[in-house]
Amino acid sequence: MSEFEPKVVAFVCNWCTYAGADLTGTSRIKYATNVRIVRFPCTGRIDYMLLMKSFAEGVDGIIVSGCHPNDCHYTSGNFQARRRWIVFRNLCDFMGIDIRRIQFSWVSAAEGAKWADVVNTTVTTIRELGPYTDYKKVANYFEKEVSHG
Amino acid sequence: MSRIGVFVCHCGENISATVNCQKVAETASGYEGVVHSVDYKYMCSDPGQTLIKQAIKDKNLTGVVVAACSPRMHEPTFRKACNEGGLNPFMCEMANLREHCSWVHDKGDLTTEKAIDVVRTQVEKVKRNQPLTDIKVPVTKTALVIGGGIAGIQTSLDIANCGHKVILIEKDPSIGGHMSQLSETFPTLDCSQCILTPRMVEVAQHPNITLYTYAELESLDGFIGNFTAKIRKKAKSIDEKLCTGCGLCTTKCPTKKIPSEFNEGLGFRPAVYVPFPQAVPNIPVIDRINCTYYIKGKCKVCEKVCPTKAIVFDQEDEIIEVAVGAIVVATGFGIKQPDFFPEYGYGKYPDVITGMQFERLASASGPTFGEIKRPSDGQVPKKIVFIACAGSRDEAKGIPYCSKICCMYTAKHAMLYQHKVHGGESTVFYMDIRAAGKNYEEFVRRAIEEDTVKYVRGRVSRVYEKNGKLIVKGVDTLLGAMPVEIEADMVVLATAGVANPGAEELAQKLHISYDGYKFFAESHPKLKPIETNTGGIMVAGACQSIRDIPESVSMASGAAVKVACLFSQNELTREPLIAVVNRCAAPLYSTCVGCFLCQSACPYQAIEREEIKDRSGKLIKSIAKVNPGLCQGCGTCVAFCRSRSIDIQGYTHDQVYNEVMALLNEY
Repeated sequence: MSEFEPKVVAFVCNWCTYAGADLTGTSRIKYATNVRIVRFPCTGRIDYMLLMKSFAEGVDGIIVSGCHPNDCHYTSGNFQARRRWIVFRNLCDFMGIDIRRIQFSWVSAAEGAKWADVVNTTVTTIRELGPYTDYKKVANYFEKEVSHG
Repeated sequence: MSRIGVFVCHCGENISATVNCQKVAETASGYEGVVHSVDYKYMCSDPGQTLIKQAIKDKNLTGVVVAACSPRMHEPTFRKACNEGGLNPFMCEMANLREHCSWVHDKGDLTTEKAIDVVRTQVEKVKRNQPLTDIKVPVTKTALVIGGGIAGIQTSLDIANCGHKVILIEKDPSIGGHMSQLSETFPTLDCSQCILTPRMVEVAQHPNITLYTYAELESLDGFIGNFTAKIRKKAKSIDEKLCTGCGLCTTKCPTKKIPSEFNEGLGFRPAVYVPFPQAVPNIPVIDRINCTYYIKGKCKVCEKVCPTKAIVFDQEDEIIEVAVGAIVVATGFGIKQPDFFPEYGYGKYPDVITGMQFERLASASGPTFGEIKRPSDGQVPKKIVFIACAGSRDEAKGIPYCSKICCMYTAKHAMLYQHKVHGGESTVFYMDIRAAGKNYEEFVRRAIEEDTVKYVRGRVSRVYEKNGKLIVKGVDTLLGAMPVEIEADMVVLATAGVANPGAEELAQKLHISYDGYKFFAESHPKLKPIETNTGGIMVAGACQSIRDIPESVSMASGAAVKVACLFSQNELTREPLIAVVNRCAAPLYSTCVGCFLCQSACPYQAIEREEIKDRSGKLIKSIAKVNPGLCQGCGTCVAFCRSRSIDIQGYTHDQVYNEVMALLNEY
């Protein structure tokens, strides 16, 4: 059996982390292929239900990353994201979702090397944690329950 | 039914070296709704764009995915091509195969798989794109220039000469910046003030320029073409309209022993002062921290001697609100201060000075009237040592970068010293000589060959005092790391240039990015070195990275052109990627329930209240409404909305959700 390749989705803002990841490319810094980047205008736009849905659909790890505090292109979107993350984290914990699988980070447009670092550490962590199927099972169970009336 | 075209770019070999582009195109052709899928060597080239335009016409495409570089690079290019091909530009999306895939991964199946995944997500997204039209916004044809150094002066003059209004703000009492402190400039050795002061006067007299000195930016709102800036004009304690600049107050002020900032602490100034004789405007400022009246409540000598009654002790800071269309940030750089060099004894020995202090000693307007004299006893130093790279290129000091200007000004300093002190001996310790620039290398050679400056390649480990002499301990790496010890009368440190202390705070006010050293970040390192990531805000000069005078001036003129281009249009187009509240037929009108949580989330106060009334004027429902002029499209409201009634164009729930699902279904 081949080695477990974790599926990691990154939800990033357009102005800092997306640009930072561009810089990683321009600087030719290599990182793990496991990550898929989804672009948002701002971390404040990220609907955390998408994170839940991603777990349900079989993702093993998630990165949420935006501008550093005070550096948000839209003044305060990243603060709203952080506030929501603090609440969401507790909710995840309550529901039994392993919060080690969600990496919340700040990567600025000038931090190409940091982006590679964030991806590599997350992928390594998730690789150690193994595939994530708990929530997927639960989601399938509910789907069946609902369809059976 | 969607008819999507996928265009996979090789980018020469940039993508195709690690990604199997052909396979990506083949796989994409099998997706539902994809009717056309090709790969091509250079999609952004003219033939590449023609390929897209032709396919739109031939295959009647309803959406286009270009799998190439970052959308931050070429999205405008391909959206324009789609528009020319007859497709709404917002029906085009880019899959980032270069910066996020081929450049960061090695060649292999996993890399190609990732590329395929990324293309699939964009196909699913573009299927749900809506045709949008740009929003037109007016332009306020006034520019705000922050910083009155040579870059700010040049950019202000250029914009003003194009016929546009300029507001120039400077935090110090006079414009001129670091350049006004310099003695002579490399590589021509012409007097810095002689070339600068005419420009300063021109700024003050230009009918299109409004100058606010002793003023700083308080806050900034708005967006490209339509900014509102609040400027804090600090209290000078002088009525500028009444003051004639006679200077009586400055000569009569009893508090005279305040270290002069302009002379880098080598001279003194009174509490009411003009920084230097050629200052523009020639209006003094009362330094409230050191003024006897503000400390003890009595004195008022200046008030008594002022012939025009211009002294106003109870003057308060003034907040001026201005409407501007573009901003040029030209706030310059700072210099590392004493505590940074304990090993060189800076701050401990008065005769160890910085390069900028040497400039003041060598300047005719300086504390010694241009004679090189030691700060400790006023003697002319017979032996002088210059230490290049003091702080720069030193990771241990946290400054791994090269400060760029030091090699040149150190050569200039050594040359000036040799010209002014006959029979003097000067030694320069250096790591490398970086003299890339027009006539720069020749200038350094002249210092070495004609002016007999001794260049020693090696670092200095320590400077200490012994028998009244400064002992410089270093090494000569060209002589097999032979230790060198020089007894010097004076040591000059070519200190590292760093970002201004207030740079971070200013960047946050302007919402522009900055790098790890707090220098302001340009939009693209090569192709957009003047623009920032925030539309309508440019950078010029050393606030972006350390620059010399010719570079700062060219960059400033470049920034002026960018502003002039912006002002050449009567209306600007803005991307319509803004939030909208859904509307539907009666009796629901909208799924919005009017909780106005979005209003509390919006950083721009763009959410308004809309009242839906029946024919008789009776209120049926209050719902949220987005003001498209104020909305910047961050989407924070979208994530907040409990009933999913507000959505952001270009990143709708439908688009994003399906993008993620497309990724996970097969990933």
